[in-house]
Amino acid sequence: MFTYVFLQHYWWFIISVLASMLVFLLFVQGGQGLLYTIGRTPAERNMIADTLGRKWEITFTTLVTFGGAFFASFPLFYSTSFGGAFYVWMLILFVFVIQAVSYEYRRKPNNFLGEKTFNAFLIINGVLGALLLGTAVGTFFTGANFIVERGNLANIGGSMAISQWTTPWRGLEAVLDYRNLALGLAVLFLSRVLGLQYFMNSIDDEIIYERSRRHLVYNAVPFLLFFLVFLVSLLCSHGWAVDPATGVISIEKHKYLHNLLAMPYILAAMLFGIVGVLWSILSGISGTGARKAIWFGGAGTVVTVLCLFLIAGWNNTAYYPSLADTQSSLTIYNSSSSEFTLKTMSVVSLLIPFVFAYIWYAWKSLTKNRVTRAENEGGEDYH
Amino acid sequence: MVLLSTADIMEVVEWSRAQFAMTAIYHFLFVPLTLGLSIVVAFMHTQYYRTGEEYWKRTTKFWMKIFGINFAIGIATGLILEFEFGTNWSNYSHFVGDIFGAPLAIEGIMAFFLEATFVAVMFFGWDRVSKGFHLTSTWLTALGANLSALWILVANAWMQYPVGMTFNVETARNEMVSFREVVFSPMAINKFTHTTLAGFVVAAVFVIGVSSWYLLKRRETRFARSSIKIAAIFGAVSSVLLVITGDNSSRVVAEVQPMKLAAVEALYDGGEGAEMVVIGLLKPADKIEPGDDPFYFGVRIPKLLSILSFHDKDAYVAGINDLIYGDDNHGLMPAAEKIERGRVAIAELGRYRQAVKSGDTDTAAEVERRFSPETPEGREFLADYFKYFGYGFLDSPEDLRLNIPLLFYSYRFMVGAGFWFVLLFALTLWFLYRKKGREEFPRWMIYVMLWSIPIAYLAGQAGWVVAEVGRQPWTIQDLLPAVAAVSHLNAGSVKMTFLMFTILFTALLIAEVMIMTRQIKIGPKNDE
Repeated sequence: MFTYVFLQHYWWFIISVLASMLVFLLFVQGGQGLLYTIGRTPAERNMIADTLGRKWEITFTTLVTFGGAFFASFPLFYSTSFGGAFYVWMLILFVFVIQAVSYEYRRKPNNFLGEKTFNAFLIINGVLGALLLGTAVGTFFTGANFIVERGNLANIGGSMAISQWTTPWRGLEAVLDYRNLALGLAVLFLSRVLGLQYFMNSIDDEIIYERSRRHLVYNAVPFLLFFLVFLVSLLCSHGWAVDPATGVISIEKHKYLHNLLAMPYILAAMLFGIVGVLWSILSGISGTGARKAIWFGGAGTVVTVLCLFLIAGWNNTAYYPSLADTQSSLTIYNSSSSEFTLKTMSVVSLLIPFVFAYIWYAWKSLTKNRVTRAENEGGEDYH
Repeated sequence: MVLLSTADIMEVVEWSRAQFAMTAIYHFLFVPLTLGLSIVVAFMHTQYYRTGEEYWKRTTKFWMKIFGINFAIGIATGLILEFEFGTNWSNYSHFVGDIFGAPLAIEGIMAFFLEATFVAVMFFGWDRVSKGFHLTSTWLTALGANLSALWILVANAWMQYPVGMTFNVETARNEMVSFREVVFSPMAINKFTHTTLAGFVVAAVFVIGVSSWYLLKRRETRFARSSIKIAAIFGAVSSVLLVITGDNSSRVVAEVQPMKLAAVEALYDGGEGAEMVVIGLLKPADKIEPGDDPFYFGVRIPKLLSILSFHDKDAYVAGINDLIYGDDNHGLMPAAEKIERGRVAIAELGRYRQAVKSGDTDTAAEVERRFSPETPEGREFLADYFKYFGYGFLDSPEDLRLNIPLLFYSYRFMVGAGFWFVLLFALTLWFLYRKKGREEFPRWMIYVMLWSIPIAYLAGQAGWVVAEVGRQPWTIQDLLPAVAAVSHLNAGSVKMTFLMFTILFTALLIAEVMIMTRQIKIGPKNDE
């Protein structure tokens, strides 16, 4: 049962789960981007930082684990994309580095850069983090400019890099494709929607609640618009199919639509996920069950993103198409780790449900008491 | 448009090395304190749990606050390190991702989530969760932090001593065949124990040093003395084990990285019963003629190097020249020969790729057999040629020469500091536990404790200089030099990101130090 092909699919599934969890957890970034929009006074901003400050590390860790798991299971993607789309990844790293210290340092006395700078760091991370990650993931469907030639390693005296980017813009050119931008903007506005829902759930304050509800409309509309543009364009676009017997890659019309039809359970799940997100938006705006909206929104996001990732890599699809050389496109077959490594890591992956369980338990324990204005008006540090 | 110009490989290699070194140096300013302080805090929290005294709560909260300030910036610098393997060293990521990636992924799944989840409960759990769950969270944070170190150090150890893998000519990469060999290699065990113990010692010295400042200012005396007590006991045990694991590490290096050992000891010409220059002043490399003594002066102990390296007073220790020019009597192949053999292996790889491209299945199958550990022909080729694969990328044997003064002095600083810490903790405990009525620390001892903080940090950095500068020119010992591991970038891009992160990390370091010193000045008293 545990054949090499099965393990490759299993690890693409794990990557997809991590990616979908990451997109949900970007509610932290979404919330940060709204720091001054929802938090009009220092006390309100502190309430926001307080509630997000209890969660940011989980998002950050999910990003790190996503990177680590991609490295371990599909190392050729890691070397090709990170070494090629250098500017994009470096920008993403930069905006996450400035986030990592900001919660801890922003209100500490004598913090060198000042509270406003650390707040600005949170906003930059909140906006660019989600936008850049979304745009970068867009290239999983629209392709990127690289060539993979394993023989280059033997090219002593010349360029020995196996993966080479073919544009000097090193990934920044992704913004030229409207579909990448649409996905980036959809992820950005989705993160803000989730951030607002999280505020409504975790902050016990009428003013913030009402303000969040109002801004839910302003962010839900562009999210739906950009997501629709991306989804429709994706279903109308061609994709890159791989023949599993020969490894030959070819362009196939409506590939992603075909993938959904070929895997109806994914189509059903995706519709279910989208309905979940829509329901969360409506219940958030209407105020009925608004406190619970984050759970519908979160679950819907996880399921939808999981499905999008699965149609990017399963059903003999190249998940990282090359625009420069079709045969260099990366598939789960030609870019994965060896069978032995995938098997070894699969044993470790059995811990993942346990990890989810303790995160859930710790999360529930900490959110039993909602954040209040009284806690944050005294000028005390957040912990 | 410098940033978009064509690649100059050597410049890219040097800047990528600089960028990685800069990130690692910054990262390791914060990691040791995180590793050790998490445990010190857990001990203090346990005291609070056991006694219920508010005083222990304040003590725990104070050190927890210091931990938090340090932890955040450690995470920030760690993120970059992980991704720089891909951004700057893409060939490396491909060549060894099958082995190196696994510990990183396991680190994320097993350790990072543990740390990230429970650190939030540790910080925010006061009066929000039960006392038992809160204490458990503090211990789980410490466990998570140290488990993180385990996996990344397993990965680093594998770069120093690659085992448990075989080369797959079809995928042009090394693939893991034994996870057990990777995790339990002697290098991995020593690397983990030595590095985490070094972290414990740094944290113990830090806690003692900061607490001694309160003694100097005659403030928070009870708090300071209890903190010193816990840290000194923790540090004393850790420092003794640190010395033992250091000795073990040296022996493993002697076995598997002889050039590192020779460079660290400035041993140009080896021999049986090798002496050790415990401390000395080196002559500049260009002033050393063949056969010259490389030292202006030095304190020498006969046979000590052989004893320490191989636990045998007459054991042969290879020198730099022996390793470069070879020594028939001791079975050392000249580096020039290794380069030739490495090139044969690389050429075979090239021939295979060419054959696959042109559909020449016979040639492809022939080369596959040569790289197969399953056939006698393959085993012979792997042992005689592929073993030197990485040498084939070098221009000349001189590429193997290392920065001897940097390694020689760094090593001596690290070892000297290690012994100093044993003495420091012993003295601290002696002053703590001497006869009643004489519990006060003398003023000179307070200064000694305080000024040991920078020594601890410098010793940690010196240790990594020895480990990483001593591994050059390899990213993977003998298999992949930096020049063949680097991404297809241009120097302008790497210079820009180097500058960007240097400025950012420096600013954040300044912020961290300023915040920390202010919190120390405020002290535990005003925290409530």
